[in-house]
Amino acid sequence: MSIEASTPTSSTEPNAEGYRGFTLGQFSFRRDEYFAYISWPTGSHIMSVDAFLRAMQRDIAWDFFYGIVNFDGVFGTMNHYGTVDLFAGRYNDSYRKAELDYSENIDTPIIREQFKAILDDWTNATFDPFASPHETGPAFGVKNGSNVDAITRRRVAANRMVNLPGDEELRNDENGHPLNRMFKDVPQDEPIVEAEPGFENEIAGFNLFNYLARSQVTWNPSVVSVCKDSLFCPTTEEYILPIIHGNDRVEWFIQLSDEISWEVEDRDTGTMRSRVVMKAGDVCAMPADIRHQGYSPKRSMLLVWENGDPNLADMIASGQAPTYPADF
Amino acid sequence: MAGVTNASGAVEASSYKTVFASLENFSKGGVELINDDPRHYAFSNMYEVASMSKPWEQVAVGKNMQYVLEVVRAEGESGWRTASHDQFAVSLDGEIEIEFYTHSAPVDASVEGSVALTADPDGQRMGRVVLNFGHQALLPANSAYRMKAGRASVVMIQTIAGADTKFRWAEICQTV
Repeated sequence: MSIEASTPTSSTEPNAEGYRGFTLGQFSFRRDEYFAYISWPTGSHIMSVDAFLRAMQRDIAWDFFYGIVNFDGVFGTMNHYGTVDLFAGRYNDSYRKAELDYSENIDTPIIREQFKAILDDWTNATFDPFASPHETGPAFGVKNGSNVDAITRRRVAANRMVNLPGDEELRNDENGHPLNRMFKDVPQDEPIVEAEPGFENEIAGFNLFNYLARSQVTWNPSVVSVCKDSLFCPTTEEYILPIIHGNDRVEWFIQLSDEISWEVEDRDTGTMRSRVVMKAGDVCAMPADIRHQGYSPKRSMLLVWENGDPNLADMIASGQAPTYPADF
Repeated sequence: MAGVTNASGAVEASSYKTVFASLENFSKGGVELINDDPRHYAFSNMYEVASMSKPWEQVAVGKNMQYVLEVVRAEGESGWRTASHDQFAVSLDGEIEIEFYTHSAPVDASVEGSVALTADPDGQRMGRVVLNFGHQALLPANSAYRMKAGRASVVMIQTIAGADTKFRWAEICQTV
């Protein structure tokens, strides 16, 4: 079932645990000390609130990303780049067969603002949804302050390349980016850059690995270089990707350090298709018809390589472009 | 095991070792199939590809429509190249020096990927960059550039497929 309509939103007064409830169209959201509760006209769902907040943080930070952000096997969003489907059971074979799946198509600014309101109200002072479990306190308990600085970090996106004049700056101790505890052994040297006068905007470089070793966040790709629609989006990963990403285009992973295991499922039904183990130097495509979730036992460096062509999702959905990267 | 109590209250190791790879020392993962074709993943390893390549061959290890990710075995001195668009180079093993010049033979904007220059650049010196492990550099649009590496090294290039791009999927990717 899918509904397209102007989407009303609302919020309630705080409940006994101190948290406000929210509505978004016919979806409603509430939390208590441990759990987030989601309900819609044909069903309801429960998630551990730490997992819910970690997923919602990414969905907001990525502005609904490319394709589908599954919070888990039931609930999530699908980006139509201007509008967003908020769904329950849409990509779950059992819900679909039982005709209990439900979705609403919502203008992006409306869902963005209501998601931000939920994240702000439900995130306590002790919890940073971007951090690894070792780097943050608990999400649980009754309402205990807020953590606005943690949940409103600016998304880093270079226009051309990090460290070019006027573009994204390097990370260092002075601007609040100390070396992560798991990357203390990463070399800190910078490349030799000798630009003749007048070519300072052209001759440039930086230590990508040092830059990544100083990331404050996990599972949050940021753009470091741009070749037309080709985007290098490296990120540092620790513990579990808080969402199950459903692709609407081919996405590439390049493992730069350490190791990540990926569980790969059919995008639409959730049935298992493969398990991928990536070690330093490995390169692997994620086809456009799968969804994936990563597991990183130690903080690792992953280069996510995206094609940001705004027409690509429609080309693949209509069959004009393939779901796989190459024929051989 | 000695450790450090962290923000969550758990005890974690007091130090960690980051595992990188090199031409001399890499270990490859892979696709464990349940219900799929391994070719859909085009799984390869950049160090293995470089180990099988001739110096300065630009072998595609990733392709997303017209865009490619190339791996180059850098060894000795390359020829002069140019492109109509920005490209980016990352050293994944070894020291790579890159010289840049202007030149009077820019390629047409419709031509994608790198193009070999038939003669040394005739323009002004723009500068040079020396990359070491993990460093990234801009290869600016319309510049002439040449790379040098004193030993066998590995460079990853973010670019667009062109005449120089070698596609060897069946040789480099997991197929079973």
